[in-house]
Amino acid sequence: MTALASLACLPGAAFAQAADKIKVGFMLPASGTYAALGVAIENGFRMYVGEQGGKLGGREIEYFKVDDESDPAKATDNVNRLIKRDKVDVLVGTVHSGVAMAMARAAKESNTILIVPNAGADAVTGPMCGPTIFRSSFSNWQTAYPMGVVAAKQEGKKNAMTITWKYAAGEEAVNGFKEGFEKNGGKVAKQLTVPFPNVEFQALLTEIAAAKPDAVFAFFAGAGAVKFVKDYHAAGLSKTIPLYGPGFLTDGTLDAQGEAAQGMLTTLHYADELGTERDKAFRTNYAKAYKLMPDVYAVQGYDAAQMLAVGLKAAGGDIGKKDVFRAAVEKATIASPRGDFTLSKAHNPVQDIYLRKVEGKENRKLGVAVKGLADPARGCKL
Amino acid sequence: MDLATFLVQCLNSVQYGLLLFLLSSGLTLIFGIMGVINLAHGSFYMIGAYMAFALAPYLGQHFITMLVVGVILAVVLGYLLEWAFFSFLYERDHLQQVLMTFGLILVFEELRAILVGNDVHGVQPPEWLSGSFSLAGMMSYPWYRVFAAVACLVVAFAMYWMVNRTRLGMMVRAGASNRDMVRGLGINIKRLYRIVFAMGVALAALAGMIAAPMASVYPNMGSGVLIICFVVVVIGGIGSITGALVASLLVGFVDTFGKVFFQELSGMSIYLLMAVILVWRPEGLMGKRS
Repeated sequence: MTALASLACLPGAAFAQAADKIKVGFMLPASGTYAALGVAIENGFRMYVGEQGGKLGGREIEYFKVDDESDPAKATDNVNRLIKRDKVDVLVGTVHSGVAMAMARAAKESNTILIVPNAGADAVTGPMCGPTIFRSSFSNWQTAYPMGVVAAKQEGKKNAMTITWKYAAGEEAVNGFKEGFEKNGGKVAKQLTVPFPNVEFQALLTEIAAAKPDAVFAFFAGAGAVKFVKDYHAAGLSKTIPLYGPGFLTDGTLDAQGEAAQGMLTTLHYADELGTERDKAFRTNYAKAYKLMPDVYAVQGYDAAQMLAVGLKAAGGDIGKKDVFRAAVEKATIASPRGDFTLSKAHNPVQDIYLRKVEGKENRKLGVAVKGLADPARGCKL
Repeated sequence: MDLATFLVQCLNSVQYGLLLFLLSSGLTLIFGIMGVINLAHGSFYMIGAYMAFALAPYLGQHFITMLVVGVILAVVLGYLLEWAFFSFLYERDHLQQVLMTFGLILVFEELRAILVGNDVHGVQPPEWLSGSFSLAGMMSYPWYRVFAAVACLVVAFAMYWMVNRTRLGMMVRAGASNRDMVRGLGINIKRLYRIVFAMGVALAALAGMIAAPMASVYPNMGSGVLIICFVVVVIGGIGSITGALVASLLVGFVDTFGKVFFQELSGMSIYLLMAVILVWRPEGLMGKRS
């Protein structure tokens, strides 16, 4: 009889337990070029949840995972698997902007909470912004605009050229630089592009050498960043025309760039040594937990969890109260390792952008390029 | 564009074109002459680049020795691959060749991920090639790029001599036009093919090793060049080494100048070139009319 009773109780008990947990769906790259970034984001997220004893807003967290393969063609299917099959309460993803856009669309349609821990596409918190869409990272515009300000005001450059891959992220970044540069009296003479993911730059370097601008702003990442910085140095240009970029030009690529990157100035919302107590604690704990040094991606994952925690706490653990969740996150100050930040109306971090200089194998902080910079969120109707 | 810039761009075009030739001449041997659609050719380029990365700590300063060692390793690899996989492909249809060689790409990429991971690596040029010189008073041109161009040129001449002046080359050319006849003459076509295939692999790997200090070493680096290689082979005329040389230089020029003058079209300039040439000469520039 007891056995029967317990049997009858089992499914119910299991159900109650499942309903108690908040389902977090990670849609991150687990394979391919961005795999390491996906791992760092997930590590950061889990680390914060771990620090809170595995509970946010009094509720346990249960994880679901999908490898998005950084493939926009598979994005809709992948995100629907999390939303419809796993019925997740919160989506966390991703690195690739094209995939993130599909996630934003799906999140909006299903009214699911989405926290973007990297993808910088301006559109996510621009035309595609939504009440349940949040970003814990940056917009492409946001990381490049300050470099334009610094180049014109601090470095006194008058005439610059930009170069990038011909794709959305690159164009958003170089236009951000152009805006910051021209607002402060500079002039971008020419904007060069290379088809993505082409890495043969020699012809365009010759053009740069012939045009002799005061400065060059480049947006490349990963293998392209390594190749470009090395080619630029090998062509002897680094001696005469300083090369600037958003931090992605040198983050995670310094080992491969070696000598060629030394002394370069970049802007980003994080640096290898911020020197604050908050950051020191974060770096030590992360290194202990994962036997790895944290990077900007780990920070963004960590802060995604912090944003979820703030919203959940305000809603008393009830993720269904989306209005309460949203209002709380909008009002919150997130104590990030990068420094405190709040969210703009469009749900993008309003944050300090640091000016960094490459020294050895570190992106060392020189100072703050622009304080409390908000993305203009053009096209957002929130 | 002033004359000096124009001349430097010409140099860029030639240097890029010669590297392309090194790559695509290997493909010409394997695809053009032996008739195997080898999608894994880009992987051999990648393997070459990773070999340079692996050998650089030991032989980096003895760059020529390093290239020789790399080529020997690549020949061995090619020989083994031909024995294990490709020797079964000659009689099969193209679909099966595509499937097999595509499978090899996946295997090579996975092996690379296991052995060296997904990071981007740099290879330093040796000390004696690491400087640059002033060109036309406007730009310092890296010595390494000059070295790369010269090395490719040397190999191009060696290839030309081998194909047109030696007995091996004669057999290869004969095999290209009529496999059965060569077999009928009592030549060990199996062994001939094994040698030719190993040479093709070695050429691609050599291109990868030479490119490594210029292009960095990174995952999937083979997939981009593979398409350009096929474009070169098709433009040049399938099976023609001379055609591959002419086509490589042509693609080098069109790509370089396209990038500078027609930014909007630069992604497709070489495909436009291919379209125009194939309309004019469907068999390619030096292809044999059938």
